[in-house]
Amino acid sequence: MAVVTEEPKAGFRLGMLIYDTRYRSITIQIVVLMLVMLGAAWLIDNLLSNLAALGRGIDFGFLWNRAGYDINQTLVEYTNDSTHARATLVGLLNTLLIAFLGCIAATVVGVIAGVLRLSNNWVIARLMTVYVEIFRNIPLLLWILMIYTIFTEAFPAPNAFRGETPAASMVMFDTVAFTNRYTAIPWLMFDRSLGWLPLGPLWLNLDLTAIVAALVGGFLLNRYILRRATRIQEATGLRPTTWWQCMLALFGPIILVLLALGTHLDSPSLQGFNFTGGLQVSNSLVALWLALTLYTAAFIAEIVRAGINAISRGQSEAAFALGLRPGRTMNLIILPQALRVIIPPLISQYLNLTKNSSLAIAVGYMDLRGTLGGITLNQTGRGLEAMMLLMLIYLIVSLLISSAMNVYNNRVKLKER
Amino acid sequence: MKQSVFLGTLAATTLLAGAALAQGTSTLQTVKDRGELNCGVNTGLVGFAAPDASGNWQGFDVALCKAVAGAIFGDASKVVYIPTTSSDRFEQLTSGRIDLLIRNTTWTFSRDTDLKMDFVGVNYYDGQGFMVRNDLGVSSAKELNGATICIQTGTTTELNLADYFKANNMTYTAVPIETNAEGEQQYLAGACDAYTTDASGLAATRAAFADPENHVILPEIISKEPLGPAVRHGDSEWGDVVRWTMNALVAAEEFGITSANIDELATSSQNPEVQRLLGTSDNLGAMIGLEANWALNAIKAGGNYGEIFAATIGESTPIGLARGLNAQWTQGGLLYTPPFR
Repeated sequence: MAVVTEEPKAGFRLGMLIYDTRYRSITIQIVVLMLVMLGAAWLIDNLLSNLAALGRGIDFGFLWNRAGYDINQTLVEYTNDSTHARATLVGLLNTLLIAFLGCIAATVVGVIAGVLRLSNNWVIARLMTVYVEIFRNIPLLLWILMIYTIFTEAFPAPNAFRGETPAASMVMFDTVAFTNRYTAIPWLMFDRSLGWLPLGPLWLNLDLTAIVAALVGGFLLNRYILRRATRIQEATGLRPTTWWQCMLALFGPIILVLLALGTHLDSPSLQGFNFTGGLQVSNSLVALWLALTLYTAAFIAEIVRAGINAISRGQSEAAFALGLRPGRTMNLIILPQALRVIIPPLISQYLNLTKNSSLAIAVGYMDLRGTLGGITLNQTGRGLEAMMLLMLIYLIVSLLISSAMNVYNNRVKLKER
Repeated sequence: MKQSVFLGTLAATTLLAGAALAQGTSTLQTVKDRGELNCGVNTGLVGFAAPDASGNWQGFDVALCKAVAGAIFGDASKVVYIPTTSSDRFEQLTSGRIDLLIRNTTWTFSRDTDLKMDFVGVNYYDGQGFMVRNDLGVSSAKELNGATICIQTGTTTELNLADYFKANNMTYTAVPIETNAEGEQQYLAGACDAYTTDASGLAATRAAFADPENHVILPEIISKEPLGPAVRHGDSEWGDVVRWTMNALVAAEEFGITSANIDELATSSQNPEVQRLLGTSDNLGAMIGLEANWALNAIKAGGNYGEIFAATIGESTPIGLARGLNAQWTQGGLLYTPPFR
């Protein structure tokens, strides 16, 4: 049926905004949007005028005042003479540290637990079920407090290591001391340190930069060697011996850099009230990290299990038919496909972990919530400003994590051609 | 995203609208209409403010809450005690959830001005000290170099600590804690070498230990901590009620008015100032919007300043604080009330 309709040439009338279905939906949307914005404007105006009535307008000037308090874990230079903005930066870096450590550990534990829960071994599969159900169903805050309390109560105070017959002794050839405040471990010291390169508010540690550069360089070199070997294999059918080249590429640069820096291990020793030398990893960091890891890993395990279950059984049967062993089937056939299902919910878990790290205040780990949202807020009394800034920073951090993970997701997701 | 901002703004606005409302009308009238006084106290510091075995709040700060309720209602029991932490106490006051903050709060310049509160006086002259275990072998705060120290966050003591260690060229590691109970637990578990807060708070905390004799409070007092009740800025009438109730308790001790002889003195005293204070002559109460016998009721609530001190934190209690600076001016202390005239 071919019907040619003539477009109505009638001009636009105002009434059409309501009675014409072509415009009505747009009209309604615009009206609702305007009402919402008016409502928001009224609320904000109300807030500002009430604050003004209290004599407390919004003012972020406090960020540039002297902070006056000390922070027990600082990744960048900080003293109590620094500003509140600097203290905020210290807190942000502590948050990022715990989030970074937590995400990596949770992924490793989560993938292992998820795969093992599908194991044919009855005991292992049930053990993993118990782990997942216990950690998933008890509030995170309780786990953090529980683990922290265990550390505080079970390990001896540093002065138990003192005297002729100390009540406690260091482990691992007298190099590691577990105390109820921190774990003192040996740490790298550099005789010929390169020092710091001042770059605005963040100072670049040149030693660390050199080590990271050596590691990345070695890794890239190793990849080039392996690709070259594959190219030769595909061209000639013979794979050249690469193991010594790989070893050299991976470990050569880093060893050279460490030697050049004059690296040696500095062991902790008891002096006065506490251990000095080496690195003191505070119990609050470890407790928070463990709790966040185990809690989030339980969720990740379920995501991984769901991802694996989503792959049709035919895939593994086909792999077995080709003669692949179960381990290789998992690594080469199942997991790469399962990743497509796993990555999107995994992003949410990373975001959850990062935001949950703000529970750090419960164990006195000075993260962003502890510095900007805790001490700075209390000492300056600028509650609204501090909270708004805190929300903005968490929002930006979460969006950055999410966009980075989305880039990765786009690389592994099913390419439909 | 848009929705969360909207809801956040909504919540914040509602809170502030509440504060502005409380600001607009007189606090005294609000309290009278409500029939109860909302008194912000410590979450639990034995001797100052802590619930006893039967759940009734007791202590030095609590007694002042009772006296204010007595002055307003003639009934010291009309108080709702609202526990506040060191970090939320000021929001509780400015938001109007509490009428009065009596929580070992140090009177400082910025709190009085920038935080928009009014301190109406000092009910306890204190200073910051350190507590350590005897077996640590430390006899002076100057020997605490390198120590790990438990400290309540959001307090003036946090800043004093940083200043003190800096001035003496020493280092320390802070263990930030939220409440006194948490600090007690961390200190007893040995997670910190020393616990620092106001010396009175240390004495009160130590009194609650199973083995108080094994802990020592170091002699150094590193700061001035005038602790006093605070009210919202901008409501002078309400500030007057609290200030003069506290002054009445101090004046009562000066004139020898005790809970035992107060009824007798109210009828028989020939001292004109005692007569004015107890409402027998003149009517001072009307000038601050209260009954003529407001001070009589305030003093009856728990006795005069000296009686309250002796019953809650004095030398005969487990806390065992001496009067020291908190004695009457006639006894070499700092308590000096303006005349009731």
